[in-house]
Amino acid sequence: MASVVGIFSHSSVSVPVKDKKLLEVKLGELPSWILMRDFSPSGIFGAFQRGYYRYYNKYINVKKGSISGITMVLACYVLFSYSFSYKHLKHERLRKYH
Amino acid sequence: MNENLFASFIAPTILGLPAAVLIILLPPLLIPTSKYLINNRLITTQQWLIKLTSKQMMTMHNTKGRTWSLMLVSLIIFIATTNLLGLLPYSFTPTTQLSMNLAMAIPLWAGAVIMGFRSKIKNALAHFLPQGTPTPLIPMLVIIETISLLIQPMALAVRLTANITAGHLLMHLIGSATLAMSTINLPSTPIIFTILILLTILEIAVALIQAYVFTLLVSLYLHDNT
Repeated sequence: MASVVGIFSHSSVSVPVKDKKLLEVKLGELPSWILMRDFSPSGIFGAFQRGYYRYYNKYINVKKGSISGITMVLACYVLFSYSFSYKHLKHERLRKYH
Repeated sequence: MNENLFASFIAPTILGLPAAVLIILLPPLLIPTSKYLINNRLITTQQWLIKLTSKQMMTMHNTKGRTWSLMLVSLIIFIATTNLLGLLPYSFTPTTQLSMNLAMAIPLWAGAVIMGFRSKIKNALAHFLPQGTPTPLIPMLVIIETISLLIQPMALAVRLTANITAGHLLMHLIGSATLAMSTINLPSTPIIFTILILLTILEIAVALIQAYVFTLLVSLYLHDNT
């Protein structure tokens, strides 16, 4: 991921040499790569912002965006809510003995 | 059955922290803004819808009332998207919580009424007595009108809560009834399933209508007081 300070909404930003993307990191380097990431609040916010714009520019901000752009978000929301309420839903299974 | 009927209305918490805040913050992510004149399909559709509703809603206000247009349009969009998102399976609807609806209704109503009392006090007080009432009835009617004014925010909040909650509960009940009927008496299951489908269509309508009613009433209170 590019480590950019400031608003990031498009892809024409330069990547510093020492930061590599996750898929290019070798397995042995993984702990040091994780420690190199910026875990401050602004760093985490920047990560969320980059993720949002990555999805937005790929699926929604295109000339002929389809309905699947927003349907994927809603499907993820449903799965997220399901995992959240799994504890309550466990008791509703159609089994004789719970 | 009793316990899990209302389990979907418990405000979700992550380790004791209210996750309901995160769920309330979800609708703005689905409505992107743009700095361009010509946008992608999603933003164009949304802007067209917003323009339609805002024009429809704000034509009856004068200049002073139209300063509230941002508030009212964002209100109707918020309530509509939150209600519609609540129709997805397993999701949590913040508008089923009375606390949130009260938090929306009371400041808006109070703002409209106080604005009316501050600017045109004679007009605002005149609302307490309808025209042409017989003289002996006046004291009682003033009391009744005062009560009907003071009950407006409660009615706003409770109306929204009750409608959405009742709809969710009905869908829950009829869904589990369909499931139970499939084991007892299979041929009657399509009938109940049809009822479920009709209910879902009704719920979609109710979600939108409730948003509209809420906002319309607030704008009505605003119109009375500007």
